[in-house]
Amino acid sequence: MTGAGLNGNGMDEGVRTAGWAEAAVAEHAHAAPVSREEQVLERIDRARRRKPRVREEAITLAHGSGGKATRTLIEAVFLEEFGNPLLDRLDDSARFAVDGARLAFTTDSSVVAPLFFPGGDIGDLAVNGTVNDLAVSGATPLYLSAGFILEEGFPVADLRRITASMRRAAEAAGVSIVTGDTKVVERGKADGCYISTSGVGAVRRAPSGSVRPGDAVLVTGPIGEHGITIMLARGDLDLEADLASDTAALNGLIAALMDACGGEVRRMRDATRGGVATVLNEVAGEHGVAIVVDEDAVPVHPAVRGASELLGIDPMYVACEGRAVVVVSGGAAGTALAALRAHPLGAGAAVIGHVKDDPPGLVLLRTAFGGTRIVDLMVGDPLPRIC
Amino acid sequence: MRHVDEYRDAGKARALAASIASLCEPGREYTFMEVCGGHTHTIYKHGIEDYLPDNVTLVHGPGCPVCVIPMGRVDDAIHIARRPDVILATFGDMMRVPGGHGSFFDAKAAGADVRMVYSPLDALRIAERNPGRRVVFMAIGFETTAPSTAMTVLRARAAGLDNFSVFANHVTIIPAIKAILDSPDLRLDGFLGPGHVSAVIGCRPYEFIARDHRKPIVVAGFEPLDILRSVHMLLVQLREGRCEVENQYGRVVPWDGNAKALQAINETMELRPYFEWRGLGFISHSALRVRDGYAAHDAERIFDVPGVRVADPKACQCGEVLKGVLKPWECKVFGTACTPETPIGTCMVSSEGACAAYYNFGRFTRDRVREATR
Repeated sequence: MTGAGLNGNGMDEGVRTAGWAEAAVAEHAHAAPVSREEQVLERIDRARRRKPRVREEAITLAHGSGGKATRTLIEAVFLEEFGNPLLDRLDDSARFAVDGARLAFTTDSSVVAPLFFPGGDIGDLAVNGTVNDLAVSGATPLYLSAGFILEEGFPVADLRRITASMRRAAEAAGVSIVTGDTKVVERGKADGCYISTSGVGAVRRAPSGSVRPGDAVLVTGPIGEHGITIMLARGDLDLEADLASDTAALNGLIAALMDACGGEVRRMRDATRGGVATVLNEVAGEHGVAIVVDEDAVPVHPAVRGASELLGIDPMYVACEGRAVVVVSGGAAGTALAALRAHPLGAGAAVIGHVKDDPPGLVLLRTAFGGTRIVDLMVGDPLPRIC
Repeated sequence: MRHVDEYRDAGKARALAASIASLCEPGREYTFMEVCGGHTHTIYKHGIEDYLPDNVTLVHGPGCPVCVIPMGRVDDAIHIARRPDVILATFGDMMRVPGGHGSFFDAKAAGADVRMVYSPLDALRIAERNPGRRVVFMAIGFETTAPSTAMTVLRARAAGLDNFSVFANHVTIIPAIKAILDSPDLRLDGFLGPGHVSAVIGCRPYEFIARDHRKPIVVAGFEPLDILRSVHMLLVQLREGRCEVENQYGRVVPWDGNAKALQAINETMELRPYFEWRGLGFISHSALRVRDGYAAHDAERIFDVPGVRVADPKACQCGEVLKGVLKPWECKVFGTACTPETPIGTCMVSSEGACAAYYNFGRFTRDRVREATR
C-alpha cells in the first residue's frame, strides 16, 4: 500500500505473531500449490472430509449451535469414545431389535430461554422434540422419561405450569411419561429449569434410507417460526410480530404420510437447531448427492422473513420444532404433498427442491432473484439456547 | 416485504442483464470494485454474477468493517474485557474475530463478561442497569456506524453515565479508496460506491475519483437490482466516455450527506494520525478516536491496553483480497488453514467478508452446476 501512509517504519516495535495462526498455516503448508478454481474447490472438499478436531480449549456457545462446531464436537469427542455402529449413523434415533421387536430410542435436552414463549414452553418443547425424533425414524413413539435440573429458588408454580404443558403434549402425542429424575442445584448454577427427555418407540415402517437423483424434497410447513419467536420473546430487540412457535408432535402427520406412500419415503429429519439448511446438508453429505432448492418454493411466514431480513439471518438456518424435511421418490411427490396438506400440521407443506447427482454433497439454491448460490453448513450461532 | 420485493424482481433483472450485455464491447474486459462488504454479501447471496456477462468482473473492496480490524486491536479489547469490573459489548459479527490469543467467544468461555448487542444504545442500557460495572462498547465500522456511536457518547455524557465508554475502532472510507487507487497492482474500470456510508458523508467526497483518477463511481444500494442498475450506470458512463460520480441510491443517499450525523461525529471524535488496517498496514488519517473533551468515555484512556501489533501469518493474503488484487480462492490458505469455522483472516469471519461470502455462498463453478440447476 505504497503512498498510503506510514508503512510501518518505526512502528514495528513489539510486533509479535499469533502462534495458533502460524500453526494452522504450517499444518497445511505441505499442500501442493493449485491454480485453478476447480482445483481449489476439490482441495477444500478433501479438507472438509478430514477427521474434525476441536481446536478450542474451552466449550463455546457455538458448540451448541447445531452447526459445524457441534458436528465437530460430536465427532471428535463423543464418537471418539462412544462410537459404535448404531451411534455412528448420527440419526435422530437409534434403531435396533430386541427379541424380535424393532425399537427406536432417542434422547434430548431442553435449555430454552425464556422458559415460556408464544405458542409453547420448555415443557411441550421437551416432549415434542423427543416424539419427533422417534417419528421421523419411522417409529410410533410410546414411552418417555423426563429428568429435571432445577435451580434453587425456582417457583413451584412455574414448575407446575411446565409439567401441565408436558402432560398435555404427551396426551396429544399418545405417549406416557413413565420414568423420571429430579436434581436441584444452588442458585446461580443453572438458569431456572432444564429438562432432559428420552423416548422409546416401536418401529413400524422406516424410510428406505437411500436417497437418489430424481427424488423430491419437501418441508411439512413454513420454516423458522420457532427460532424467530424465541428471539423476539427475549425482548432484546425492539421488534414485535404476530408469531408463535411451531412446536408440535409430528407423529400423526408422519403416520398419515407413511399410510399414503410409505414405500416411496426415502429419508425424514426434523429440522431443529441449524434449521432446514443443516438437514439438507447432512442428507446431501451422507448420500453423496446434490440437492437443488428453489428459494421461491420454500414456505416462510412473512413475519419470519421480515425479522430475518432485519437481523441479517437466513430463515433456512433458523430452528423449527414442529417441521420435518421429507425426501420421497420423484414420482410420489404429488401423493406425499397431498397427504401432508390433508393433515392440520401439514397444511403449509411444499415441495422445495430435488435431488441431483452432481456436485455431490452440495446444497444449491436457485435464488428468488434468479441466481445460484450454495447453502452451506452453519458456522457460529445466530440464536443460542433456542431449544 | 413489499419494499424489498420491488428490488428483487427476476423479470426486471433479466431485462437489465440483456441491456448490460449490449453495453459491453466485445473483447473488452470490465473490472469494477464494489467497495462495500454489504454489496459483496448481496452479490453472493442472490447469485447476481449469474446475470453478468463473462467479461464483466466484480472485485471485492475493503469496505467490511470487521475485516479491517487488526489482531492487535482484538487483543486490546479482550485485555479490557478480562477485567472483572468490565462488561464488554460488541456486535455479533465481532465475536468470532480471532486475535493473537483467540476471539471474544473464547474470552467469554474463559470467564470474561462479553455481550452481543445490536446497537451501541443497547450497550448504554447495560451501563444503566449495571451501575457498579464499567461497560465498554467495542465500536467498529465506517461512517455508517460512527454516528450511532457518537450519539451514544453524547447521550452517556448527558445522562452522566460515567461507567460507559467506547473502544473506538471507527475507520473512514476515503483514505482506503485512495490507497487502492494509488496501489500499482490493480487495474479498475470503476467503482460501486458504498450506499450506507454515503448516506452519512454524501457523494461529494468521491469527486476526486472521477476528477483526479478518471474513474466513474456509482453510489449503489444493497438490493440485487440496485447492484445490477449500478453496473449498468457504470457501463453507460464508459460507453459515453464520462467519468462522474452518480447516485443510484437516491432513495437513501442525499447528495450532501447527513449534516446532523456528521456533526455528532465531529463533536465527539477526531481523526487519528494513523491507524493499522488488517492486511493493508498503516494508513494516515484513516480512523477516528474519541476527542479530549469526551475522555471520560474513551476506553483507550481509561484502561491500559498492551497495544502490541500482531502480524498476520505470511501466507495470509487478506490484504491482497481487501484490495481486490486476489480473488478469495486465490489466497494460499483459503479453505484449508482458513475456513469460516477456524478463520485466520478476518475476511473469512464477517458475513460481509469476501472470503466468507465466497466460501459460504459461491463455492462452486458455474460450469459444474449448470446441469443441476437447469
